[in-house]
Parts: sequence; C-alpha cells; structure tokens
Amino acid sequence: MNGTAEGLCVENVHVWRGDRHVLKGVSVEVGPRELVHVLGPNGTGKTTLLRVATGLLRPEHGRVLWRGRAISSVRSDYQSALAYVSHEPALKADLTPLENLRFMVGLKRRVSTSELKAHLDRTGVLACADLPVRVLSAGQRRRVVMARVLALGAAIWLLDEPFTNLDAAGTELVATLLAEHVNSGGLALVVAHQNLQVSATTRRLELAT
Amino acid sequence: MSEEAASVGVGRAMLLLVGRELCLSFRRPEQLLQPLVFFLIVTTLFPLGLNLQPSLLKDISPGVLWVAALLSSLLSLDALFKIDADDGTLEQLALSGQGLTVIVIAKTAAHWLLSGAALVLVSPLVATALAIPVSAFPTMLLSLALGTLTLSWLGSIGAGLTVGLRRGNVLLSLIVLPLAMPLLIFGAAATDRAISGISAAGALYLLAALCVFTSTLAPFAATVALRIALD
Repeated sequence: MNGTAEGLCVENVHVWRGDRHVLKGVSVEVGPRELVHVLGPNGTGKTTLLRVATGLLRPEHGRVLWRGRAISSVRSDYQSALAYVSHEPALKADLTPLENLRFMVGLKRRVSTSELKAHLDRTGVLACADLPVRVLSAGQRRRVVMARVLALGAAIWLLDEPFTNLDAAGTELVATLLAEHVNSGGLALVVAHQNLQVSATTRRLELAT
Repeated sequence: MSEEAASVGVGRAMLLLVGRELCLSFRRPEQLLQPLVFFLIVTTLFPLGLNLQPSLLKDISPGVLWVAALLSSLLSLDALFKIDADDGTLEQLALSGQGLTVIVIAKTAAHWLLSGAALVLVSPLVATALAIPVSAFPTMLLSLALGTLTLSWLGSIGAGLTVGLRRGNVLLSLIVLPLAMPLLIFGAAATDRAISGISAAGALYLLAALCVFTSTLAPFAATVALRIALD
C-alpha cells in the first residue's frame, strides 16, 4: 500500500437511495500499481461505489480523496486523470468509432487521428473505424469503449463490468490492458462478476447486503 | 501518466461540442426539419381555419407567427440533454474535466443554431404567407432571433429539470411556456409595430434585455438541475 498521498481513497462512504441504505460505511484505498476488484451480489452497491468514486454521486457521509485531497476541491485535475466506463457505452450510434473518440477524448486532451487509430487497432476494431456505431455488435462497442479508455491516457481507471458482451479473446484483451495499465503505474477499480485473471497486484473488495 | 498532455481550453472544448452537435444533427436531418415543417404548417393552418380577410390577417399575424415559433422551438427542447443522458454520454461529458456549465452553454448554443436560427431563416416565407409587409422583416427577424435564443436558454433549465423523467416533454412545456410569455408579448408587439410602421425599438430593447438576462443566469441554473439529475 502506498498510502493515501498518491492514490485514490474512498473513506467510510454512506449512500442512501430513497429509503435504502445502499453503501454502509464502505472504505477502499487504491494506490498506484494496484487493482481493486469489487464484487458482490446484485444490488449491493457496486455501481454506486464506482459513481461515488467518479464524483458524479455525492455520498451523504464520507469522502473521496485523490492524492490526499477531496476530489471536489481538485475536480478538474481529478477528472483529467480519470477514465470511467459505465454500463452504457456512451457512444453515439450515428457517429463512427473514430468520430466518437475524437469528440470525447478531444475534450480532455489534444489527440491525433493516427493515435486514435492505433488505439482502435489495439482493441481489434480498426476495421470498423469508419462505420457508424449503429452497425457494430455489443462486443465491438465494448472494444471501442476500451480504445477510448486507452486514448484518454488516464491514471485512474474506474470500470463497471468491462467484460460484458466480450468474447474470450476480448476478455483476455481487457485483462491484458488492465495488467499493462496497473504495471505501468496506473490504478484501477474494477467491478466484475467473474474472477479476474490479471497479472498485476490485485485486491478484492466484497460488498454484502 | 499523462501529466505532460496539453489540456484543452474552454474555447476549443466549446467548438468541439458545438461541432459534435451539428454533426449529429446533420446525420439525422429529419430531427432538424420536423420543427421547421411544424412551424410552416401551424402558421398556414390559421389563415385556412379562420377564413380571414387580408386586413384581419394582418392584425393577427404577429401573434400567430410568434405562438408558432415558440411551440416549434419547444418540440426539440426535450431532446436537449435527454438523448445524451439516456446513452451515458452526459456522464462522460460531466467527467470530461470541462465543467458542466461549459457543456450546457455549448449544447444550448448548438440547439439554438439548429432550431432558433433555422426558424429565423424560414420566417420570411411564413411572413409572406401571413401578409406581413417586407418593410417589417428586419424587425421581425431580429425579434425572432432574440426571442428564440432566450427560449433556448429558458428551455435549457426546463430540459435539465426534466432530464430524468420518462415522459418529460409535457412537463417541460408547462415549465417553459409560462416563462416565455414576456417573449410572446414583446416579440409580437415588436412585429406588430413594425407592420404599422411605428418604431419597435422599445420592445426590441426589452427582448434584448431578456436575452442577456437569461443567457447569463440560465447556464448556471441548468447546471444545477443537471447535477441533481446525474446524482
């Protein structure tokens, strides 16, 4: 553990959704070169925890720290260091994967078309780079989403079920990308139901009802 | 990891966002055209349904023009944030490091370009059908431009508040239309005065003031509404 000074730290977070107490004092620390695998039955607040970590959802109690400072006080820096993948691919069906990436990544950093193509090649969807996302399969869309994560060049990966809809090769690819990211100094918080076969320092966080 | 990456300025982000909205809209031209056709049809229905004399038509034409303009602008407002919210894009935009207010301003500006500005461009056609004299066109165009822009700002608040609702479009109209009444009053008054050949400066100044008022405050109100919706 590298301590809170360098990593992401979720501290004693409580979240209510209506009358339901979804997160009951959850704490998790992720340092550089570390992956935390969040698991637990449906409805135990895995996605909620990830949304709290992004800063989209403000917890009723507790706080999220990035390099020892509350994320709300360093929002712009924190968001530039962040790549978040939710259940929704967040791709526009009428745009091509290349256009989708250019607009989304372009808001965070200047990026060239050749670089984006290299990332799409890495995730195996370069052949679809100029087709509208509408005609892509769910698995191919997932791969485009992973290309977006790579292109963002973010230090923090918050991935919600990144293996959904992927074939065996795709699952292996995401595991490899995760390992490369973590081993090169990144940190990751991953919600997944299956066991993670990632060759990197991995800890498990089990959420219960 | 990417500490050295040059960050993207607000201006560039705005251009990128507006460009994205325009690009998306031109891929789906029917969404662009439907409100305009609605505007044309509604304004044509009045003379047909009321069987008016040209002289009477001249009296009601400013009001008809303005009511139709407000209603057709409302048609596309529902989609302002909803489509992005439904497919997860809004979350990604909110985490883009650009600040939600920048996103709101860019999206609302793009919405005006695609609905309000387009409506201003076709309004001379409608005005001719409603027997509005050409001499009144400059005032009419200016008042419509100011009015539709103000409506887009007001609409951004309503769209932000109703973004989480499954069928929010009726509620959106109920929120926005009462707020749009001053626009209708001053906009129709300006057009009416221009038709009668009287100076419409007073009404235009008021419209401009409303436009400045909403464009400075609405982005912040819409940002708060969106933040609640994302929570």
